[in-house]
Amino acid sequence: MGEPGTKAPLSLEELEASSNLRTGRKHVLSILVENKSGVLTRIAGLFARRGFNIDTLTVGPTEDEQISRVTLTVDGALHPIDQVTKQLHKLVNVLKIRDLEPNDTVARELALFKVAADGVQRGELMQIAEIFRGKVVDVTKRAVIIEVTGTTDKIEAFENMVRPFGLIEMMRTGEIAISRGRSET
Amino acid sequence: MRAVDALMECLKAEGVDVVFGLPGGANLPTYDAFVDGGIRHILVRHEAGGGHAAEGYAKATGKVGVAFATSGPGATNLITPICDAMMDSVPVVFITGQVRTELLGTDGFQEADTIGITMPVVKHSFMIQQPQELPRAIHEAFHIARTGRPGPVLVDIPMDLSRAEIAYEPVSDVRLPGYQPRVEGNQKQIRQAAKAFASAQRPVIYAGGGIVNANAAEELTEFVRSDRFPVTCTLMGLGAFPAPDPQWLGMLGMHGTRAANYAMDEADLICAVGARFDDRITGKLSEFAPRAKFIHIDVDPAEISKNVPAHIPIVGDAKHVLAKLLVEYRAIGADPARLDAWWSRIEGWREKYPLAYEDSADAEIKPQYMVQALFEATGGEAIVTSDVGQHQMWAAQYYDFPQPRRWINSGGLGTMGFGLPAAMGAAVGCPDRLVCCIAGDGSVQMNAQELATCAQNNTPIKVFIMNNGYLGMVRQWQELFWDGRYSQVDMGEFPDFVKLAEAYGVTGMRLEDKRTLVDDMKRAIATDGPVLVDVRVTREENTYPMIPAGQAAREMVG
Ligand SMILES: Cc1ncc(C[n+]2csc(CCOP(=O)(O)OP(=O)(O)O)c2C)c(N)n1
Ligand SMILES: [Mg+2]
Repeated sequence: MGEPGTKAPLSLEELEASSNLRTGRKHVLSILVENKSGVLTRIAGLFARRGFNIDTLTVGPTEDEQISRVTLTVDGALHPIDQVTKQLHKLVNVLKIRDLEPNDTVARELALFKVAADGVQRGELMQIAEIFRGKVVDVTKRAVIIEVTGTTDKIEAFENMVRPFGLIEMMRTGEIAISRGRSET
Repeated sequence: MRAVDALMECLKAEGVDVVFGLPGGANLPTYDAFVDGGIRHILVRHEAGGGHAAEGYAKATGKVGVAFATSGPGATNLITPICDAMMDSVPVVFITGQVRTELLGTDGFQEADTIGITMPVVKHSFMIQQPQELPRAIHEAFHIARTGRPGPVLVDIPMDLSRAEIAYEPVSDVRLPGYQPRVEGNQKQIRQAAKAFASAQRPVIYAGGGIVNANAAEELTEFVRSDRFPVTCTLMGLGAFPAPDPQWLGMLGMHGTRAANYAMDEADLICAVGARFDDRITGKLSEFAPRAKFIHIDVDPAEISKNVPAHIPIVGDAKHVLAKLLVEYRAIGADPARLDAWWSRIEGWREKYPLAYEDSADAEIKPQYMVQALFEATGGEAIVTSDVGQHQMWAAQYYDFPQPRRWINSGGLGTMGFGLPAAMGAAVGCPDRLVCCIAGDGSVQMNAQELATCAQNNTPIKVFIMNNGYLGMVRQWQELFWDGRYSQVDMGEFPDFVKLAEAYGVTGMRLEDKRTLVDDMKRAIATDGPVLVDVRVTREENTYPMIPAGQAAREMVG
């Protein structure tokens, strides 16, 4: 910065407040945490007491066994993401947080759909599964189980398609996400 | 050695000279270690008293306070002090016993999920899972409690692990990769702030408890005096700038001065330092300081733009940032005359609305006068603690604090019963200073048991109870906002505080005459050992001025 001080004037009018505004979109936060007991409780508790909703949350190991990754999605229309990440940073066991840029991120979720499939509908159902690159992993007389992987949008689209057949059960893992290119997430 | 013996070594290495606590089954090994541990332990009569004493000690000395409790009920008795320390950023390490590891999760005798129960109200906590982890956990706990934005840290030690043998080696470092508080502010932002000050026509510096925590009172004072900047302090920041002073506007907020609140309302630039725009400061947020741009300096990034969006955010320790800000500001050479109009506006408010009350013509002691009398009797030189209620606000308004760490109260949580044990902790930490507590007659009963602790240790606190026979602050709200329908606020003349004092082995006095009040107070102060003084004041007096909850500064009444 060199010598202190500058005579260049500043008009207070020019100053803009740091935007505390809602971004209006979904955010995928990729959080590296120390693999210690209670860490997930600390994160979940923080969200609960500050009134932030978690849309999806996944936890899993990383290439380093001392470190786990939590991927969670939060609605930036409802919550100030800036405040959410700052509060998360205050947790001593949180090592790093990345608010993943949608365009630079590969995000995937896995879902299992148990769909009623008595007789005639079965063929049509199989066709839809194929279009979505779904895999039929179990077939019985009355139901099929289809596995679908993809972005949340794709999974939601598939869900809409199979619902009319009679959706008996659905399970979703929540998203995991990784940044594109060479750089670390 | 046993893990608990290592614990004693760790405490000594951290410079701990005294701890507060009360033993039980799950921390018997720890208490065995105290016998030869070389650490002074003060036996309290309730764990909450111990926790608040540790807070008082920390606030008065600037060092980390330490409180011990057993598992289950011992630990749950600490919840209020832990939460209090969290809200007011007080560095305290709480060390609790836990049931044996084989009993964990079985609802064993005196088992409570202490880590779980305290999780929302600690800065961090450690559950010891291996005995050899203990020394490192203790040092990390102290490091976390003391640095960055200070706060409470809890260490929970299962009984079997605490007595296990370990190979103790002194720990000289902490490994906390996820905890790196930022101390130095961003130079570019600091320069921007200096420029904003130079352009401001109506600036106000709004200083909070963060100044006290950062030991930045000198830097603040120097910066304020580098130009004719008006300064106001929060309840937690009193003493951060020496009062009284021509540049000092008094406290701001719900029971602040009109000069301070109106200045905030009309300011074009507000610089918050170590303050967090609490609702007791802002009132109605949408109408708070509508014309102002905000510089916000805080060591906790999450405070910046939490309630009020900042125009110039500066993350850093107040001491560093203010020192740099001063250099930058001086180099600009702004013209102080630009503030003339602002000062004449402020002086107008000061003249028109000084802090005032209608004094009695006879022997009756007005509560405000009681604080002024104590100021006189102590020469303004005491460490003053308080409870929560009207007496707290009058103490804040009428006792001028010339230095930081002289005013010790519970601001964020507003914990009744804080004052007496906090005074005890402050007196233990500062044996050469006079420590007085301005207590409420309601509040003091919530931790009066610590009088026994004071008597046993001859801790010479002077407790002045502002006795109005009411839960006064609640009574005031019922009078003003609930049509005077008093509900469960009258405490009558119970207990007899003089007899209570005597039962505890403490000197008791009752003062009822304004005309001799100052001298009587001096007499109480000159009396050896702990003294409890029942000062009978006007029963129904309201704390003014006041911004009714949720309203704007302009709406001040009284
Ligand atoms: C533990 C706790 N319970 C309840 C309250 C709510 N409260 C705030 S002020 C107050 C009255 C306190 O009475 P007293 O100590 O006599 O002080 P006064 O207002 O009369 O000066 C109460 C009940 C509180 N702050 N803390
Ligand atoms: Mg009272």
